[in-house]
Amino acid sequence: MNSSVALRHIWTISKRELTGYFASPVAYVFLVIWLLLVGFFTFMLGGFFEMGEASLSMSFFRWHPWLYLFLVPAAGMRLWSEERRLGTMELLLTMPITTWQAIIGKFLASWLFLFLALLLTFPVVLTVNYLGDADNGAVFSGFVGSFLLAGGYLAITSMTSALTRNQVIAFILSVVLCFFLLLAGFEPVTNLLSTWVPEKLNWVVNLVASFSFFTHYLNFQKGVIDSRDVIFFLSAIGFPLFVTGVILRNLRAG
Amino acid sequence: MIKVENLVKTFGTKRAVSGISFSVERGEVLGFLGPNGAGKSTSMRMITGFIPPTEGRITVGGFDMVENPIPAKKLIGYLPENAPAYTDMTVFGFLGFAAELRGFYGDARNKAVHRAVEQCFLEGVLHQSVDTLSKGFRHRLCFAQSILHDPEVLIMDEPTDGLDPNQKHEMRQLIRRMGEKKAIVFSTHILEEVEAACTRAIIIDRGQIVANGTPDELKQRSDLAGSVSVRVLGVPADIIKAKLALVPSSRKAAIIKEGKDGVWARVYPQAHARNGEFARAVAEAVTRESWKFDELHTEEGRLDEVFRSITWSETAKENK
Repeated sequence: MNSSVALRHIWTISKRELTGYFASPVAYVFLVIWLLLVGFFTFMLGGFFEMGEASLSMSFFRWHPWLYLFLVPAAGMRLWSEERRLGTMELLLTMPITTWQAIIGKFLASWLFLFLALLLTFPVVLTVNYLGDADNGAVFSGFVGSFLLAGGYLAITSMTSALTRNQVIAFILSVVLCFFLLLAGFEPVTNLLSTWVPEKLNWVVNLVASFSFFTHYLNFQKGVIDSRDVIFFLSAIGFPLFVTGVILRNLRAG
Repeated sequence: MIKVENLVKTFGTKRAVSGISFSVERGEVLGFLGPNGAGKSTSMRMITGFIPPTEGRITVGGFDMVENPIPAKKLIGYLPENAPAYTDMTVFGFLGFAAELRGFYGDARNKAVHRAVEQCFLEGVLHQSVDTLSKGFRHRLCFAQSILHDPEVLIMDEPTDGLDPNQKHEMRQLIRRMGEKKAIVFSTHILEEVEAACTRAIIIDRGQIVANGTPDELKQRSDLAGSVSVRVLGVPADIIKAKLALVPSSRKAAIIKEGKDGVWARVYPQAHARNGEFARAVAEAVTRESWKFDELHTEEGRLDEVFRSITWSETAKENK
């Protein structure tokens, strides 16, 4: 099939999914909660003002992996489980489209929604630029990392939501999985791990940490866009989406 | 248009469909009959490409559903069981979405949507949310979705389920009308529907085809088919029964009902007896006895009886 048809189908599905978000007040509630939390963490817990630095790394971006842990599964939990619950999956997958177009279309819609949520944090950028001479390259890198991180979480949520017709189960599974992937590279955890394994086997700790969202996100947070980290996140998005396809296929094969 | 060969589907150890084959041409309306859990929905899901068959081949318009699903799916309009629809969309939005997936954009999309809306009488709810639709409207909406692209093949899983009698009637007529130009398969367990709308019916039970023919052919298989019922006044029932049993080429006679308004008796013909002749023979016997009678007719055979006898005996066999 030619690719423009595929892109059109993906866009049609994304559009439907996006309008689905805004058809109910849930999307707006989600955005407000996200912005409130980001604001609270940045200015209260993050100590943005006390730090006296024109930087967002430690005050703003630092919290994203933890906030996303709950917000991204909440945004993505309906992707496939709702489709299964309503029975519309039968309708969607008997249309002349491939399963991949549906998976990608749905994923992109949620990702765009999260992108919008991220964009709405722009006042933080204005603030830091107004108050000091900020390194906007580092700020940009932080946003790129945050966006990719959200994509990674979201792909996992897409996978868990294909597993069940119950959104709550999809949410919980996704939070747990993302939490593990996050902790694997979280410093207190890696420190704990290194005390367990003998010095010689330290590479094991590094290996575990290298699978973590946290390790790779940290570079973006510091202002470094490394192609290795980008590739990591792209594969962290690609693999769960592939598994989503496998799950849907098994589901249909019975 | 549709060709199904030796279709098998197993779920774990359960064999939902075991080896069904049939074909449907343009201009045919095929009714899919069977008790609940006979494998009707599973078969339809395989034909529409929702679930892959364990064995067997499905071709739609010459395209293999497993190897080449996209062009095959393009030819099909599908109304799944329970008429699912996205509840967070409006009627217009939902149809527009379906139209785009079917390859209609811009003006062509709006045209296709409006045509389907007109055919299914959805104008009144066009901008209403799917959430708020009554079951009848939901059904019509999902049906509208399936005919958006004027498909050559229409597959419907219980299209009249949950509709009121008027809507059922409308739907049957619609099916009949569309069946002139399309290949239609629909499942139902309402037998009048088969007589009203189908050119051919298939009865499946436990995943296998147990009968395949026109509704009239199927009715012929009924025990009742060709029997003659007569209402006689003022004669004791046992005498009627005894005398009627003597009618040439009759197999047996039975009393159906006794009441103040006479006795209903029925005479069953032997297999070789011809309809008109047998009825005349019964009439002659009655007049010879000079009984008063005010009604005499040949029974047509009833589909529900055929359905019951076929699907029951199959079940009984299996239980032995």
